[in-house]
Amino acid sequence: MVEYAMNHAWLIPLLPTLAFVAIIFLTRPWPLLSALIAVGAMLTSCFFATFTAIGVFTSPELTEKPLVYAVNWFNMPGMEINVGILLDPVSAMMMFMVTLVGSLIFIYAIGYMQDDPGYSVFFSYVSLFAAFMLLLVASSSLVEMFVGWEGVGLCSYLLIGFYQHKISAREAAKKAFITCRVADFGLLLGMLLLFWNFGTLDFAALAEKIPHFQQYNVSAATLALIAFLVFCGPIGKSGQFPLHVWLPDAMEGPTPVSALIHAATMVVAGVYLVARVMFLFHEVPSVMQLVAVTGGFTALFAATIAVTQREIKRILAYSTISQIGYMMLALGVGSLTAGMFHLWTHAFFKALLFLGAGSVLVALHHKADVWEMGGLLKKMPITGWTFLVGCIAIAGIPPFAGFWSKDEILLATLESGHYVLFAMAAFTAFLTAFYMFRLFFLAFTGAENPANHPKESPWVMTVPLIFLAIFSLVGGWVGTPWANVWSEWIFFGHPHHGEPNYMVMIGSVVLAGLGIYLAYYFYCADREKVKVRELARRYQGIYTLLYNKYYIDEIYLWLNHTLVDGAAKIFYLFDIYVVDGIIVNGVAAITGLFGEGLRVTATGRLQNYALVFFLGVLAVFVVLAFTSPLLAGPIWGGVR
Amino acid sequence: MQIPVVKLIDPVTMLSIGPAHYVILSAVLFCIGLFGVLAKRNAIMVLICIELMLNAVNINLVAFSKYVTPADFIGQIFAIFVITVAAAEVGLGLAIIIAIYRNKVSVNLDDFDLLKW
Amino acid sequence: MIDLIGREVVDVFLSNFWSIGAFYTLALVIVASGILVVLMKNIVHSVLWLAVCFIGMAGLFLTLDADFLAAVQVLVYAGAVCIMVVLGIMVIRRADMKFSNPFNTQVYAAAGVVALVLAVCTFLAVKTEWMVSRARVPENTVEPIATLLLSKYVVPFEVAAVLLLVALIGALLIAREVKTDANTGSQAD
Repeated sequence: MVEYAMNHAWLIPLLPTLAFVAIIFLTRPWPLLSALIAVGAMLTSCFFATFTAIGVFTSPELTEKPLVYAVNWFNMPGMEINVGILLDPVSAMMMFMVTLVGSLIFIYAIGYMQDDPGYSVFFSYVSLFAAFMLLLVASSSLVEMFVGWEGVGLCSYLLIGFYQHKISAREAAKKAFITCRVADFGLLLGMLLLFWNFGTLDFAALAEKIPHFQQYNVSAATLALIAFLVFCGPIGKSGQFPLHVWLPDAMEGPTPVSALIHAATMVVAGVYLVARVMFLFHEVPSVMQLVAVTGGFTALFAATIAVTQREIKRILAYSTISQIGYMMLALGVGSLTAGMFHLWTHAFFKALLFLGAGSVLVALHHKADVWEMGGLLKKMPITGWTFLVGCIAIAGIPPFAGFWSKDEILLATLESGHYVLFAMAAFTAFLTAFYMFRLFFLAFTGAENPANHPKESPWVMTVPLIFLAIFSLVGGWVGTPWANVWSEWIFFGHPHHGEPNYMVMIGSVVLAGLGIYLAYYFYCADREKVKVRELARRYQGIYTLLYNKYYIDEIYLWLNHTLVDGAAKIFYLFDIYVVDGIIVNGVAAITGLFGEGLRVTATGRLQNYALVFFLGVLAVFVVLAFTSPLLAGPIWGGVR
Repeated sequence: MQIPVVKLIDPVTMLSIGPAHYVILSAVLFCIGLFGVLAKRNAIMVLICIELMLNAVNINLVAFSKYVTPADFIGQIFAIFVITVAAAEVGLGLAIIIAIYRNKVSVNLDDFDLLKW
Repeated sequence: MIDLIGREVVDVFLSNFWSIGAFYTLALVIVASGILVVLMKNIVHSVLWLAVCFIGMAGLFLTLDADFLAAVQVLVYAGAVCIMVVLGIMVIRRADMKFSNPFNTQVYAAAGVVALVLAVCTFLAVKTEWMVSRARVPENTVEPIATLLLSKYVVPFEVAAVLLLVALIGALLIAREVKTDANTGSQAD
């Protein structure tokens, strides 16, 4: 079975594609059938991915030399593009994670999307998304990956704008798409430069060539430019500062979509890309620094915003940005192990948190403000307790998954000597614990809001929650500092065994505990939330700044207004006065003048015309006969 | 097979009739026809003058047939086709003139300035 | 020298007396009748001179050893075309036939252009060294022409036949009296 699954790994992306085609063209009128097809395809993919992962993790040589099944896509002189499947521990882990989380979220969506008019369409879109995501993950060349990359962007756009009747959803979809396009342009340029300089985009070939880049007449500066341009893609796709603005708005989509696309899988595609081309970044320390700083800064930046937000999914969105920042930080300080580990654990607990939030939203009829919730734990025990598991996991309390991966990242940062980034990451860990438990205490404890009549969600929604909660607990055990199976498999260069650093561990637990305690102090113990309001009043300026997300959106809007609209204004004036005025109307006026002048010659009398015509013929004839040496011969007939 | 003949200015060649004589004659006839086409007011007259021009062309064709390709009859056959087309043209031209006359009660070309702006 | 040349000229003239005489006579007839066609004030007279011109042309064809073409010329042009034109004139007959053939306003301009055309053509004809074949035209021209027309040139021949048919039908169609038109605005024009 393992052998079969590894030889048929191409089925993993193919099955959701087939599901998409089947739903769109055949089963659209029957919602439940469509859902079952999508879930079935996803589960089958998951089945294959599981065995593929087992196969990959039982053959150690694949880490050094990935297994590539590739066929020729198209050929041109000097250009050969292959398409295929690349199997190594990183891609196998990603495939397993995507299919597993995807399956659980699909099942959850059966309940969540109940009674939605676009039920079938929703499942076709998410199937397509899964197909593109798996293609992205499994691809053996950068071109193929880019196809998947843009495909998930498209699906993200479609699903954010799934509620087309809402203007905000449409705007958010556009914002996401355009922001990502800006970033993807950089990635595309980077790919072109790579191809130009190395003549291939296959990962395997690039991995062999790039360490010896001097042999290909590539300067270090060019390589740095390439790396920077390639990194532009992840900045956009993974919502890193300064292109993070689309991700919070993307929460306009249905919650399963937020969980699947904007938390667990698509947004980490950027991290995956950086990990995939780690051999490129490894050669350019300056860009590695940039990755680390971007990640560290984004982590802190988004965490501070999350502290003040009120909408449940927005808080989670900023938390996602922050956690991806962690992953980038890990990659930037050179620890692929830690970055991918956090990606892995984050997928589970963030999907869990989003699905929990979705469950709450269904119960409260999409009332999203956490300040209007309260006491939900009693009415929705499964949702509440699993949500608590997610919060503990993300806050980083052992033995839950988030602790191990976050610890690994902190350790890697410290060991690489980035003390400032370490401090930022540690503070972010504190903030994370604080805002997550703020959310938890506000929503699930305290006095019930009499306006709400929540009731527990059906089993199709709670069962995935329970599964994800279990994974959030055990998911990190593969990478504990004492028995680090994870780092044996997923690493760059050579396996890295971090010595268990109890200082870091205890420190991070203390910080998380402090965060939780503060949250408890402000939001649970203090029933009327007097103190926190007092605090917000005292630091009005900071509060407003954070609540308005550092005014980044407003800055972009202002830039848009001044630069784009200003330029448009100039071009408008140019168009009106130069293009229309001088060129178009000028030409028309000149033509008109000539017409006025020439209308005298249009007598309408044929004989007049014939006269002029003959004069013309005669003139042409004479000119040809007396000047052109070529025609003069035959016409003159040899006149001497 | 072919030998150059000396220039027409030479009195000897002036007297021995050659292609140049026919070409000049046809040019004269063509110009008469052209003048008629350009300067006559009556539409039928224009038609007649076009016939004159076609005949001038025929003279050329037949003359070259004799002096250049005597055995191949290319020019003569061409002339036959010209005559055929000319006959058809006269028929059609007259029909058109009659049709116009029926509409305008005139065959005066100066009255037909529908092409004017 | 001059004497020698003059003698030679006389010799050539005498030996080619008939052909020279025929050419210049026919040329005179053709040109004179052509000019008269254009200058006549009565269009019926013009057509009569046209017939003369065509017959002169037939004679010219005879001097060019094209006897079949000469016959065709007399039949088609002098016969059919002239008769047809006269018929056309009769249909469009006007009150004052004496001034039925006036010049228009651009007569001098036309004369200028025509003079230029003539000058260029004559100049070129005189200046050109003509290449003349030594071969002679066969005695009998009708048979070779017939053979050629129905073998090598059979496609143009048939096309010409179709053309005549089309012209016939077309002429009928165009010249046919359209009843409805007489009632509507066309009369008012």
